[in-house]
Amino acid sequence: MAGKPKLHYTRGRGKMESIRWLLAAAGVEFEEEFIETKEDLEKLRNDGSLLFQQVPMVEIDGMKMVQTRAILSYIAAKYNLYGKDLKERAWIDMYVEGTTDLMGMIMYLPFQPADTKEKNLALIIERATARYFPVYEKALKDHGHDYLVGNKLSWADVHLLEAILMAEECKPDILSAFPLLQAFKGRISNIPTIKKFLQPGSQRKPQADEKFVAIVRQIFNI
Amino acid sequence: MSGKPKLYYFNGRGRMESIRWLLAAAGVEFEECFLETKDDLIKLQKDGSLLFQQVPMVEIDGMKMVQSRAISNYIAMKYNLYGKDLKERALIDMYVEAVRDLNELLMTHAFQPADKKEQHFANIVDKATNRYFPVADKKEQHFATVLKDHGQEFLVGNQFSRADVQLLETLLMAEECKPDILANFPHLQSFKARISNIPTIKKFLQPGSQRKPPLHEKDVPKLMKIFH
Repeated sequence: MAGKPKLHYTRGRGKMESIRWLLAAAGVEFEEEFIETKEDLEKLRNDGSLLFQQVPMVEIDGMKMVQTRAILSYIAAKYNLYGKDLKERAWIDMYVEGTTDLMGMIMYLPFQPADTKEKNLALIIERATARYFPVYEKALKDHGHDYLVGNKLSWADVHLLEAILMAEECKPDILSAFPLLQAFKGRISNIPTIKKFLQPGSQRKPQADEKFVAIVRQIFNI
Repeated sequence: MSGKPKLYYFNGRGRMESIRWLLAAAGVEFEECFLETKDDLIKLQKDGSLLFQQVPMVEIDGMKMVQSRAISNYIAMKYNLYGKDLKERALIDMYVEAVRDLNELLMTHAFQPADKKEQHFANIVDKATNRYFPVADKKEQHFATVLKDHGQEFLVGNQFSRADVQLLETLLMAEECKPDILANFPHLQSFKARISNIPTIKKFLQPGSQRKPPLHEKDVPKLMKIFH
């Protein structure tokens, strides 16, 4: 019974957001069941739905998939966003790991103690502009294509756009030294499936605010 | 000019160890270049060898690959340790990611400040015995009961895969933390024995192989100097 994929997570970005982006980019409609309370999470755990007692969990193609990267790899491969051969896959994996590291830093920012926020934000900006963005800018410059790998839209492009937008939320002019990334951002944002996802009313989730942080702490005991 | 893969890292386990395991399991000979000082790392960074200025880095098939997951994925695919189709790959990925979580906990144990160590250790043991090991053991049990012949020896698809390699690696690391950690998991114990006896793995487990020993507290300051 192949229905739409069903996502189980809190009503926020966290580790599920990259999955939402990828499904949306692939033009795949999906449903969401939100964990609003600790009891919701317990229920999922008790009915054996979570292989390692953790979310994200995505019901897809008869599986209850867990582990963010496993889910993302599956979706990318299934919807032809993972390159055409092993070497392209290797490059996509390397690029995605970079953007994962960057977004991971940004994701945890709202959960860090207030007195470390400024320092952590500065580190994010430094890493973004000195370590990560130069790599993608150079990749685009070297081959002159519209997409990062294989002259074709892939998971790496979707992930990079997501990372760019998150970084801009930290510092709006963070791309000022990266003209090719600016053009990339404009281009990828205009892909119809992605354009749709970027519009209000889509399943894209907003930044975590203090209220949401409190809810998450409560649900996950952190 | 494809020679042997060449691994760039410090002379210890860290994030390179899983890659060593995978290459060894696949029967692939490899060379290693050890970073001993911060200058060694800086040199690699300056000559553009490190995509994100970080190690592990592995020279393989004309690429300078970085990011341990990307490297492991490539090796697993190339040497047919990644299942036969998308669904098997999905299952392997789920296991591998979970085992990696446990590995991370074990790996960071030496770096915990003294006052946090006991709690950290308790956390490791708790997660291992309550979250991760029961799953692998349940699968093993399932295979053992459903198919009584020797067919189902491996975690996924009745075929040796990276999931088996990485689970074995983690079981051994966990036992280093707490020698009787597998006491309640008889199927994992037999899994451990079985996979350890695969010729390539047996060879890797022998003294003199490229397998690295656990990190000792006295090694931590030297490491911090290289990477911080």
